[in-house]
Amino acid sequence: MLEIKNLCVQLEEEDKQILKGVNLSLEAGKVHAIMGPNGSGKSTLSYVLSGKGGYEVTEGSAHLEGNDILEMEPEERAAAGLFLAFQYPVEIPGVGNMTFLRTAVNSQRKLRGEPEMSAGEFLKVVRAKAKDLKIDADMLKRPVNVGFSGGEKKRNEILQMAMLEPKMCILDETDSGLDVDAMKLVAQGVNALRDGKRTFLVITHYQRLLDHIKPDVVHIMAAGRIIKSGGPELALEVENNGYADLLEETA
Amino acid sequence: MVASSPKVISDRALHDAELISNSGAWAKNARQLASARAQEQGLPQRRDEYWKYTRPDVFVQKNVALIPQACPEIGIFADQMKTEIVFENAKLATHHLPEIDNCKIESLSNASTLDLHWVQDIYGKLELAGQKPVERSLAALNTAMATEGLLVHATGQVSSPIRIHSVSIGITDAVIHHVVKVEAGASVTLIETGQYGARSNVVIEVDVADTGSFHHIRVQDGKESHMLTHIFASIGADAKFKSFTLTTDGKMTRNECILDLVGDNSSVTVAGACLGDSNFHHDDTVFITHDAVNCESRQVFKKVLRNGAVGVFQGKILVKAGAQKTDGYQISQSLLLDEDSQFLAKPELEIYADDVACSHGSTSGAIDEEALFYLRSRGVPEPKAVDLLTLSFIAQAIGEIEDPDLAQAILSYLTDILEAR
Repeated sequence: MLEIKNLCVQLEEEDKQILKGVNLSLEAGKVHAIMGPNGSGKSTLSYVLSGKGGYEVTEGSAHLEGNDILEMEPEERAAAGLFLAFQYPVEIPGVGNMTFLRTAVNSQRKLRGEPEMSAGEFLKVVRAKAKDLKIDADMLKRPVNVGFSGGEKKRNEILQMAMLEPKMCILDETDSGLDVDAMKLVAQGVNALRDGKRTFLVITHYQRLLDHIKPDVVHIMAAGRIIKSGGPELALEVENNGYADLLEETA
Repeated sequence: MVASSPKVISDRALHDAELISNSGAWAKNARQLASARAQEQGLPQRRDEYWKYTRPDVFVQKNVALIPQACPEIGIFADQMKTEIVFENAKLATHHLPEIDNCKIESLSNASTLDLHWVQDIYGKLELAGQKPVERSLAALNTAMATEGLLVHATGQVSSPIRIHSVSIGITDAVIHHVVKVEAGASVTLIETGQYGARSNVVIEVDVADTGSFHHIRVQDGKESHMLTHIFASIGADAKFKSFTLTTDGKMTRNECILDLVGDNSSVTVAGACLGDSNFHHDDTVFITHDAVNCESRQVFKKVLRNGAVGVFQGKILVKAGAQKTDGYQISQSLLLDEDSQFLAKPELEIYADDVACSHGSTSGAIDEEALFYLRSRGVPEPKAVDLLTLSFIAQAIGEIEDPDLAQAILSYLTDILEAR
């Protein structure tokens, strides 16, 4: 699904290299998790893949189903099936959540040359999906993320994911700022989207989220590289021993 | 009668004299006084502090090259309107003014000869009161020379808004003067759409009695037009005044709003949003005087500018001694979509009471890159994302509109305009 080869990235503004040759191969239908200490480049990886400005790719490649995504605009990547659930979802005052969702869904359809979803059909679908995530009518009407609690913001990200039906979902520290109940709800939302074809890249600091979203593969990232990959047991190892041992091991 | 003054346009003055002598007693008197006032003040000059950011030239010159107008009918408010009055080239095109409950509407041209006491107490009087401390001679000139306008007397709750739609074809030089009186416990909404002329000088005087409520919504979209407007309002106790203006086109627009809070416990709001492109100059000049206890005033202005468009804001809150518990709020913000556009702001507070809360802020900024990326990452193409963020930026000003249906109509209209750009 997503092939990342020797991805090297530095900041545009300053000569500081953040990713130093990341290699990842995510097969369709699998859940991969990336863990790692602060500043290891996890969020940068998610931003570079989704097309945020301010970064310069100096080497390497990233292909989604064989298509070079690094050459695409952010909206083209989205239409190609890439989705990033933000660590800090942005508030957009004055734009209704529903308007935003419908604009996003239909913009993607338009970019793919598909017919737009009618207002009636959209309403039906969004209501059903919102219900599963315990998002009420009021939250759909309110401006995007404005006045939302941390948990509401993250659930809203998952609702967008459910509506946009991406092939490749990147979750950037979706567990940050969530209490246990909110985390379970978000995890349920994600698990409901696991259909054997959709691929997930879950970025997290803690093993906790991975109790709820069971990964197939766990990668440890440090200083801009993947230093170790393994099964779910690797996450438990980190939880028990911290990153220090792993860092020493690979140093 | 009209002394010749080198400062005042001569053929106008001639017309002025004729108009004054043909007016009925009350109007004649008011017009004479205003004429003398304007001549004594002289026309605004570029060196005047009050015209520092906006050149008065196009409003005062005799020979301005006015560009012929063809003003299309706009569909906005189609669902809300039951009462509509149409002006064509600054003349009333609605010959039988609507008769509605709790409100009497007359035309200025007709009523000059009528004996209307309530109008006599307002016409030219509120404008005169608004001449201090800043002279507004073009408003005085308007009082002297206005050829048409509506006199709206609300004596109770007026259920449906009154819409004035004006159509201008050709190069009409319009001088329009409306007078509104809202009696105690009464409420009325006035909506203005279209354009009176290729160049317009419009004055609205509004007297809101104790417990009265006045709402005003205006949509200015005259391409190539020159528009100068003044609202002079006096607001009594426990009363409400709200005005919102959306400007989506126009070469040169200056909207002045002069409000006097003379009764306790009242609230006023002046809000505006504009979308400016290229040859577009838009000036909001507001002067709010708090002369009573426990009143609230809000000024909320949002300007979106691109391709060299210019936005100006001059807003002042004057809190007189004794106007305790005043709550004054003022925000003026611009969204500059490129580096060629500019926003000039002069926020002012002058406070002589010691128990007041006044805040003011002014910002200029570009599109928020984080928000832009967020939208694009969801598949929204960049131009559409910029439109959404533009609506987001303007939303606070639209939020000042009281009636949710009218606010929704403004929002839909704005969305259509953005999509068409």
